[in-house]
Amino acid sequence: MAEFIRFDRISKFYGPLCVVENLDLSIGKGEFVSLLGPSGSGKTTLLMMLAGFEQPTSGNILLDGTAINAVPTHKRDMGVVFQNYALFPHMSVGDNIAFPLQMRGIGKAEVGERVKRALGMVQLSALVDRRPSQLSGGQQQRVALARALVFEPRVVLMDEPLGALDKNLREQMQLDIRDLHRRLGLTIVFVTHDQSEALTMSDRVAVFNKGKIEQIGTPRQVYDEPATRFVAEFIGETNLVEGVVEAVQGQEATVRLPSGAQIVSAVSGTVASGQPVFLSIRPERVDLSETRGEARNVLETEVTDSVYQGDHLRVQLQNATHPLIAKLGRRSREYPPGTKVFAAFSAGDCRVIAP
Amino acid sequence: MSAASSRTGRSLLLLAPLLLFLIGFFVWPLFSMMSQAVSDPAVLKLLPRSAEVLADWDRKSPPSAAMQTALMEDLKAVDDDQALGDMVRRLNSARSGFRTLMGKTTGALDDTTNPPADLVSIDKRWEKPEFWLAIADALSPYTDRNLLAAVDFGRNAAGEIEHLPPDQSVNSVILARTFWIAGLVTFFCALIGFPYAIIAASLDGWKRDLMLGAVLLPLWTSLLVRTAAWFILLQEKGLINDLLLTLGIINSPLALIFNRTGVIIAMTHVLLPFMVLPIYSVLITIPKNLMPAAASLGAPPLRAFLRVLLPLSLRGVASGGLLVFISAIGYYITPALIGGPGDQMISSIIAFYATGSANWGMAGALGMVLLVATLVLYSVYARLSSEEPGRR
Repeated sequence: MAEFIRFDRISKFYGPLCVVENLDLSIGKGEFVSLLGPSGSGKTTLLMMLAGFEQPTSGNILLDGTAINAVPTHKRDMGVVFQNYALFPHMSVGDNIAFPLQMRGIGKAEVGERVKRALGMVQLSALVDRRPSQLSGGQQQRVALARALVFEPRVVLMDEPLGALDKNLREQMQLDIRDLHRRLGLTIVFVTHDQSEALTMSDRVAVFNKGKIEQIGTPRQVYDEPATRFVAEFIGETNLVEGVVEAVQGQEATVRLPSGAQIVSAVSGTVASGQPVFLSIRPERVDLSETRGEARNVLETEVTDSVYQGDHLRVQLQNATHPLIAKLGRRSREYPPGTKVFAAFSAGDCRVIAP
Repeated sequence: MSAASSRTGRSLLLLAPLLLFLIGFFVWPLFSMMSQAVSDPAVLKLLPRSAEVLADWDRKSPPSAAMQTALMEDLKAVDDDQALGDMVRRLNSARSGFRTLMGKTTGALDDTTNPPADLVSIDKRWEKPEFWLAIADALSPYTDRNLLAAVDFGRNAAGEIEHLPPDQSVNSVILARTFWIAGLVTFFCALIGFPYAIIAASLDGWKRDLMLGAVLLPLWTSLLVRTAAWFILLQEKGLINDLLLTLGIINSPLALIFNRTGVIIAMTHVLLPFMVLPIYSVLITIPKNLMPAAASLGAPPLRAFLRVLLPLSLRGVASGGLLVFISAIGYYITPALIGGPGDQMISSIIAFYATGSANWGMAGALGMVLLVATLVLYSVYARLSSEEPGRR
């Protein structure tokens, strides 16, 4: 995918406070990239710099090979969808969507035509004369989306646009935005702190922590192959178990746990034998059985609690030295507390992470 | 039910101090001012017998004997010189010549050794119906004379409403001047206050507090003190002229005091808070991300301002403008101290009638004109400020 946007060693300081630190990131044309991280991790600041609302303290932002640091926002041709929509309260829905077209000096007839098309795209044609205050949150979000897309911007930036919606509506909008992205071939940079949102929508996810990108990759990569402890913990739920590397064999390492058990696991990055590391084991990859079985990694555990959660059964386990959580399919049998079970998982289902 | 009514009683009791205060210091003075403007008891009080007789008069024929006798009886019965003086002044203002006529008449009536047979024998003028007409008109306890005079109208001899001659038409000139000065002050307040409020609303922390404090602090200072301060600043050898002379910007002192310029400067300063605060309060409710949104949609700063920030803040400007204007039309101290004779506003004229010439009727009538103007403007203000933003 051809590189379209490039952050070249971007730093942003507010006084002595470093918000973004020496960051490199490139985004391809037509790509949907999510900037995912906790609040204060610098993801929104990066988006604001891309939109031109903030200036980087150092480094360059390149769009299509040209530095745009000095280009003011209104000439950057980027559609921004804000967290609380930022619709103009004194204009009707139609006037809101016509606004960017009027700013570009487009003729009246064409403006009307394109507003109509944009409203049709977000299924709000009937509400063209309403004021934003007369719309529900989801409808306002659709108007904001239509307004950001109607002038066919080169990039669409979204700053936690779904944060204020309730769960069902949010999931519906996620699918709608993903669909628009595919249909229109948009380049979208999407800021969120919701990991499932990032996984649902993105081509690639950049996980932010303290002004740096901890890992960037496809949703599958950041979930299955977390590069750091932060990524493993921030995306999804995981069991983190301390251990020491005993041996490294290519992409696998043998780790000895404090209980003495040996675990063979896939490796993120490079580790050396003797090194203390973390093992990340996803709860839904853990199988339970009352016999030892054939699996490569088996831990002897005892059930301390088990909770039925509708779509899965969540079993709390206790090994000799550490707790463990397993998520079992809903067809699984019940495990009453006190049951002795073997927790089994393959080498590919856990990950060695250097601390 | 009784619990509810006792609760109502208790809440009324809590409200009582406020109600009493409002009645005593607002409703009653207002009412008495308005009744002063229209009441006219000076003549009726002293001439009760004439009032009865004159009621049957056809307003054209020469005075009958009964009319003359009744008036003589009334005048003889008068023992209050001040009331007599009030009546004579009232009659004289309706028809000149009454002062000498009454003086002569009462003098003759006091002469008990040689009592006059009738009024015509005292003075021939009593034959003329005009003087009797003046008395007949003045006998009504209510009059629209003051109200008409307040807007430069009067009744002619036939009782029709007509414009007063130009040499008596000062009130409309002063009213127009009042509105013009108030309009100019409102304009300059908006010119300074709008950008000021925008800057204050865009700042935060101590900078915002400082800017608002700079506006509020004068508001907490006495109006008289602020006006006196401008008196010092604007003088021919005051701080402003001295500074400009020292800097070599001007060669001779500017005339800044006892003229319109000084009045506008001082009033603009004094009224600025009433412009800044409503605009500010509207501006801080405008979401912060609207201007960035406009920029991202391709609007250059000026167009973004004109299309987004200006329409949204116009409500505040209108509120502030009306507040300033309403306050300005009632201004008294500042024009009185800083202005020249050609800058006096309607309040000065009211003060002149009230304290200078003891013509409470005219003072009340001009006060009513001011009250009506204020009420009309206030109803506009109330409509503007009750409209919610973003609603049609």
